[in-house]
Amino acid sequence: MNIKQNIKTLIVEKPLKLDCGQTINNFPLAYETYGSLNNEKDNAILVFHALTGDQFVTGINPVTKKDGWWSYAVGSGKSIDTDKYFVICANVIGGCMGSFGPSHENPKTKKIYGTDFPVITINDMVNAQINLLDFFGIKKLFSVVGGSMGGMQVLQFISNYPDKAKTAIPIACTSSHSAQNIAFNELGRQAIAADHNWSDGDYNSKNIVPDKGLAVARMAAHITYLSKKGLQEKFGRKLQERDDLKFGFDADFQIESYLRYQGSVFVDRFDANSYLYITRAMDYFDLVKQFNGNLSDAFKNTKAKFFIISFTSDWLYPTQENKDIVIALNAVGANVGFVEIESDKGHDSFLLNVPDFLKALKNFLDKSYAEKNS
Amino acid sequence: MKPEYKIISDLIEKDAKVLDVGCDDGALMEFLKTNKNANIRGIEISKEKVQICIAKGLTVIEGNAEFDLKQFPNDSFEYVVLGQTLQAFINPETVIRELLRVGNKAIVTIPNFGHWKVRLNLLFKGTMPITNSLPHDWYNTPNIHMCTIKDFVRFSKIIDFKIFKSLALINENVSDINNSNLIFKNLFGELGIFLIEK
Repeated sequence: MNIKQNIKTLIVEKPLKLDCGQTINNFPLAYETYGSLNNEKDNAILVFHALTGDQFVTGINPVTKKDGWWSYAVGSGKSIDTDKYFVICANVIGGCMGSFGPSHENPKTKKIYGTDFPVITINDMVNAQINLLDFFGIKKLFSVVGGSMGGMQVLQFISNYPDKAKTAIPIACTSSHSAQNIAFNELGRQAIAADHNWSDGDYNSKNIVPDKGLAVARMAAHITYLSKKGLQEKFGRKLQERDDLKFGFDADFQIESYLRYQGSVFVDRFDANSYLYITRAMDYFDLVKQFNGNLSDAFKNTKAKFFIISFTSDWLYPTQENKDIVIALNAVGANVGFVEIESDKGHDSFLLNVPDFLKALKNFLDKSYAEKNS
Repeated sequence: MKPEYKIISDLIEKDAKVLDVGCDDGALMEFLKTNKNANIRGIEISKEKVQICIAKGLTVIEGNAEFDLKQFPNDSFEYVVLGQTLQAFINPETVIRELLRVGNKAIVTIPNFGHWKVRLNLLFKGTMPITNSLPHDWYNTPNIHMCTIKDFVRFSKIIDFKIFKSLALINENVSDINNSNLIFKNLFGELGIFLIEK
């Protein structure tokens, strides 16, 4: 793994009772901030990251040395304008970028947790991150924003803390993980478990990494983030640095080579056990069930202004599942806007340069912020 | 600004909760927000128009009024406004019923197909009328269920809703429609504006 310097960490002293029943305290929560908090402390935006994201939203990630995962949307003059807003993002618990996770040492056994780490949920992630508000002395966030698993955290956050955010923007997400979502996550987990190096999660003590399994998990997941049309247009049946098929199992096609590359770079920055834990948290996410079948009840106490965004070619968290959230919000008279953005870039659209999306996000935030000050 | 905005605004109390169905670029929403401090939401089918509304800071849901009004509980709004779009729906009856379920009252405006220019157009040209307010050809018009002011009044009796106020717009002047002047208003009214209730 990389040397993790330059990581800001809040040690959360307050005990946190996890959904699994265990209680944790004095645990690290790694975070990063962009822009500056104003005197009124009312310009803060809490960004939640997705499955394989981290707290390094924009600029150069100091660990991977690559652009932050939401560089298109966050930064000076961008949709989430860091000249105007104070952006906070934390690594989720269970993650591997400094927050309390399965690659940490268990103080009782002095061994790396591995699969002895407690199973965490989206609810636990959000309950850990609320501590950042106290830390920064923020009474109410201007906004909570996130795509995919980040969007699930937005929904859970508002449900748990209905008066802690002025606006909420869940993007390309769902209120309840579908059978298909769970199936794809299980495929990834089984790929990791099938790698001999995984050693039932105890690979750290052996100084080995289940890189093959993790790479396959990433490859499979990556396909779900793209659309058929997008893949076809980008790769089609183009061959990889060769004029003809080689009648073997090397990467003949560009798409094969691309996926292999995606898998190989992923293992350098991500921990296999974290992948298991975070996908599990997503699978367990069912806000509908948390409210006994009535999603509206999750939002009945909030005054937050919602803006929900989906993408036409996202088949992982399709428009209808995003619309179900809109319907639940309307049922309790919540203030909710909704737009489906035209894009052939699939679920990944929210991370990419999709001008209609970036424009809508910027306009919603800036107008809501101006309203607040008028 | 369309001349009917002021008329619609005059039918609404201050601070009312209003839904604008087919809110287009949000011009009426802005007008009602400014003039009546209305708590206003919109629903609009066009992505481009929704983007324009967002840029104006308006709360708008992308959706189709014919199917997406379902999501609102009974009596969610004091007023539901349907401006010049009733004729574009596959089933105007369902839409009217939905408007009156979702809102306590509804304000419906219709471009009057009984206007004398429309009648003359068809009578003398023998082709489907094209006028300023109805600029499309028959084959590309979104207006599949055109009606006249008189038709709408009859419609209220057939599907049983109450018309509380009916107004006609003639050369930017507004006037009441009643039983005795209906024939006249149906000939000269460019637009019919109706405040209706269950």
